[in-house]
Amino acid sequence: MTSQMFGAPVKRREDPRLVTGGGRYLDDLGHSALAAAFVRSPHAHARIVDIEVSDALDVDGLVGIWTHEDLPGRVGEPLPLLIPHPTLTHGRTQFALARDEVNYVGEAVVMVVARDRYVAEDVCQRIRVDYELLTPVVGIANARDGSALVHDDVPGNVACRMLQEVGDVDAAIAAAPHTLELDLDIERSACMPMEGKGVLARWDSDKGELRIFSSTQTSTGVRAAVAAKLDLPLAKVECIAPDVGGGFGVKINHPWPEEVLIPWAARLLDQEVKWTEDRREHFISSAHERGQLQQIRVGFDDDGRVLGLDVKFWHDNGAYTPYGIIVPIITSTQLLGPYKPGAYRCEFWSLYTNTVLVTPYRGAGRPQGCFAMERTMDAIADRLGLDRAEVRSRNFILPSEMPYDHGLLFQDGRPLKYDSGDFPASLAKLKALVGWDDFAAYREQAEAEGRRVGLGIGCYVEGTGVGPYEGGHIQIETSGRVNVSTGLTSQGQGHETSFAQIVAQELGVSIEDVFVTTGDTRRMPYAVGTFASRAAVMSGNAIALAARNVRAKALRIAADALEVSAEDLEIVDGDIRVKGAPGTHMTLGTVSVMSNPLRYAFDEAAKAATQFAGTADYSKPPVADDDEPGLEGKDFYSPTQATFANGMHAAIVETDPVTAEVKILRYCVIHDCGTMINPMIVEGQVHGGVAQGVGGALYERMVYDDSGQLLNASFMDFLMPYASEVPHIETDHLETPSPLNPLGIKGAGEAGCIPVTAVIASAISDAEGFAITSMPISPVELWELRQRHARGEIPSLRGTRHTPSAPVTSAPVTSAPSTPSREAP
Amino acid sequence: MKPAPFVHHAPRSVAEAVGVLAQVGPEGKVLAGGQSLIPILNMRLASPAHLVDINQVAGLADVVVTGTEVRIGALVRHAQLEHHDEAYAALPLLRQALVNVAHPVIRNRGTTVGSIAHADAAGEMPAVLALTEGVVEAVSAGGTREIAVADFFEGALETSLGADELVVGVRFRRFAEGTGTAFMERARRHGDYAMAGVAAAVRVEDGVVADARLSFVSVTDVPRTLDVTSAFAGQEPDAVDWSAAADLVAGAIEPDGDIHATAAYRAMLAAELSRLTLAAAAARSVALQQHLSDSEGPAA
Repeated sequence: MTSQMFGAPVKRREDPRLVTGGGRYLDDLGHSALAAAFVRSPHAHARIVDIEVSDALDVDGLVGIWTHEDLPGRVGEPLPLLIPHPTLTHGRTQFALARDEVNYVGEAVVMVVARDRYVAEDVCQRIRVDYELLTPVVGIANARDGSALVHDDVPGNVACRMLQEVGDVDAAIAAAPHTLELDLDIERSACMPMEGKGVLARWDSDKGELRIFSSTQTSTGVRAAVAAKLDLPLAKVECIAPDVGGGFGVKINHPWPEEVLIPWAARLLDQEVKWTEDRREHFISSAHERGQLQQIRVGFDDDGRVLGLDVKFWHDNGAYTPYGIIVPIITSTQLLGPYKPGAYRCEFWSLYTNTVLVTPYRGAGRPQGCFAMERTMDAIADRLGLDRAEVRSRNFILPSEMPYDHGLLFQDGRPLKYDSGDFPASLAKLKALVGWDDFAAYREQAEAEGRRVGLGIGCYVEGTGVGPYEGGHIQIETSGRVNVSTGLTSQGQGHETSFAQIVAQELGVSIEDVFVTTGDTRRMPYAVGTFASRAAVMSGNAIALAARNVRAKALRIAADALEVSAEDLEIVDGDIRVKGAPGTHMTLGTVSVMSNPLRYAFDEAAKAATQFAGTADYSKPPVADDDEPGLEGKDFYSPTQATFANGMHAAIVETDPVTAEVKILRYCVIHDCGTMINPMIVEGQVHGGVAQGVGGALYERMVYDDSGQLLNASFMDFLMPYASEVPHIETDHLETPSPLNPLGIKGAGEAGCIPVTAVIASAISDAEGFAITSMPISPVELWELRQRHARGEIPSLRGTRHTPSAPVTSAPVTSAPSTPSREAP
Repeated sequence: MKPAPFVHHAPRSVAEAVGVLAQVGPEGKVLAGGQSLIPILNMRLASPAHLVDINQVAGLADVVVTGTEVRIGALVRHAQLEHHDEAYAALPLLRQALVNVAHPVIRNRGTTVGSIAHADAAGEMPAVLALTEGVVEAVSAGGTREIAVADFFEGALETSLGADELVVGVRFRRFAEGTGTAFMERARRHGDYAMAGVAAAVRVEDGVVADARLSFVSVTDVPRTLDVTSAFAGQEPDAVDWSAAADLVAGAIEPDGDIHATAAYRAMLAAELSRLTLAAAAARSVALQQHLSDSEGPAA
């Protein structure tokens, strides 16, 4: 079928291959490659005094050991600071191998290459590094205190201080009838893709060419960075992202130390070298995100309308800033969500700590911003005794106010201007889905059964599809096969399906004939990467534009051949035919034959294209002056600004009156990413995002001790939720098209995880009758908060339904364990 | 995360296995299901020079139910015991506890005897062995010995087993007829090591509580049985306040705090789970007594 591929819930074409073991991930490649392993710093902050390798040299199978002093030229220089910013006055990046100081547990100090990974690790174990310990800076409070420094030449540990203000915030708050202050805390988590990072490099010494395979979110980025580091012409370097088992942001940072060192070693040794990150390495030497302390001051009127919002936050950027300050910029700008804040000021400090560096993780600063804004909305509602949804709706930007310019600069350095969205409609849908207005009755019934339940809400707006550009290339073979290529990479998002749907729709071919390649610099050397929920917006539109070019060319050639006007032609199932006279037709494959005049006939189709096949017009060259051979087209999409998706979530939670365990009874999502290419894939993205959000709200945190040791660097102690912890997710969609791009689409990749922490905090607060201000929250933490609340150390919410009393130490046996219900209340 | 080099031994008989153990002594480690040992090796937390892999040893995979005991061999997988209907009928506590052991894929491979020999205080099955007053059968080149559970566990990850000894099986003692049991635990995620867990056995006789015992997961260094009968003896189960054993429980446990839960929280959980499991076990005992008296006809 060719009709209506766009918008159809087509099953993911890549899944049968991926779920039956047919995927080819990084470690599936290069079976005969030498293996690299690294000696990594066991200390958070130390000076390297001596590296002693003599005990390691007699290990059978050892190929080489390198430290920083062995690295020549640019390989030995600090890694690039990828995204500079005027306010990032003290950006610092690490060396591929630490030179004289280590700044986090896990920083690479020595590289070992050996016959296999077992031997390489045996060698690592025998290498002794002597360190002189320095004072570690762990935690935002210590970094802010500044009495100990991560980098000697960075005063106060401040990498960046940034301030944006719209209107006169101090005056607005001073004049407001009501004011509130909130102190909030959100902890670190991490992307944790199923597949860690990995690099395989092949050096062709005959041609002087390097081929890199990397489990990356940007093969063009890695290619350019490695070419620069190794001083190779770009034309002599290729980078291919094979199947990638998840990224979620951590693989957009580049080049990682290993992405420089493995190609360098492969060239040096003239042998294939591979490094596959193991889980412990991923915990301690890739990247984390989320950690922030926030202070909010808000002034509002009697109706709950925000008149002035003053936000200060301190962002933990870890030991280095290779990806700039993208995460805190996003927090500071996306915090506003669907609301008009009146005057707004946000000042943040991005601080160094002696911990793993911080780069974007799905949501990329938005979950923190959403947490700040939504906790504020709940606090305003509580102060005024108003319904929480009502307060939100009174602050909404209305559809009639779109496009809405906040007067701020977004992460791409361009104005923060919402293109479209219908927030009142989203809220109405959410309230209907979760049964907002019936919740009081549900709660009453639950409380009669001795159960404690709460309802939470969270709204967000997400700038998606940031530039600068992506490209699409389409080529139709004489068989009718349609080859589609775009340069950004895939980490499991279903691009092979969604991009094929676009092409099938635009060209009028069967989706079975469309084959999509991503992330291969040999096929599309111009690309940026997969991040910021941008693949569908950027590559989707580029591919659609390319398809339109190909279609126009095909119709032109066919119109000539059929001696009709191109406007009279349509393409159905790969067949070009005259509208209303389907007997006059030719296939796209035939047009492809005609588009490429040949000298040599190697098959029947080629024979039809040779110089003696038809009647030639001797006045014209075989390929017209303004034409190119082949039925192919290319185009790029480069928008003036990001497009803004939005969503609203609500949850009902139950908290155990005795053990303080939290169970999510219902989780409801209204999602608006504009026109959907494939609603099934969009829902899958939302589900995965919510699952990660649940992790961030209730389970995951990076537990560093005071000396900077990560105490839970394994899946045994870092608690990613299992399927058993993720609730059933109820979704409904709104489709408010983006006016900015040909397809009307907005990004969806990060949506699911953004508001979850805010929603769960809201719901637990509602169940418990006191405000939750620090997330994630574990049962023991909630249990301790209850005790503090009972002692009067934490104020009750005004709308509280639970009389503060001694914590319940035992409930009737009949009430526990309760059987939570997913029935609509 | 690759193990250091080791010699892999794959004996075909118990005699051969204990022969290797006698030879390699403390340098050897027995590999059965490997669900604890392999991660430890991969993280190089331990680097034994010899692995004695008993998976090819014949005769260790049987579950045998007698009138007084359930005996399992060293290669009985958790899942095999969990789904063994005869064992369940004889000793329901086995299945009640086993469904809490990690996840199905881990239970498919991990062995119950291995879990007991590993002596992790967070293991469910050591607590079950304790509550059933079971016996560990150990074989060495010198012969066979039976170790009562009270003499087996010596500390966290420590047992009285010699380096040359192989546990070939354990025997769980069946409870007196009419005893009800229950097992509950609380973990941060389903299937994780429990923050606290409790196994309970209660016998109601002639309408009153005659016997009540508990054992614990994750809140004691070594699994042991706590007799709490004195808190309830002679009381009718419907009228019992099952939290009456709280002081006894508090005196018997020694929880530690870690990144997942504080000691105080674990103590609260142990008390709460004691209350819940005692109530559940008593209710089962009452139901069993009812069933027994129904099948025996009207009481005299």
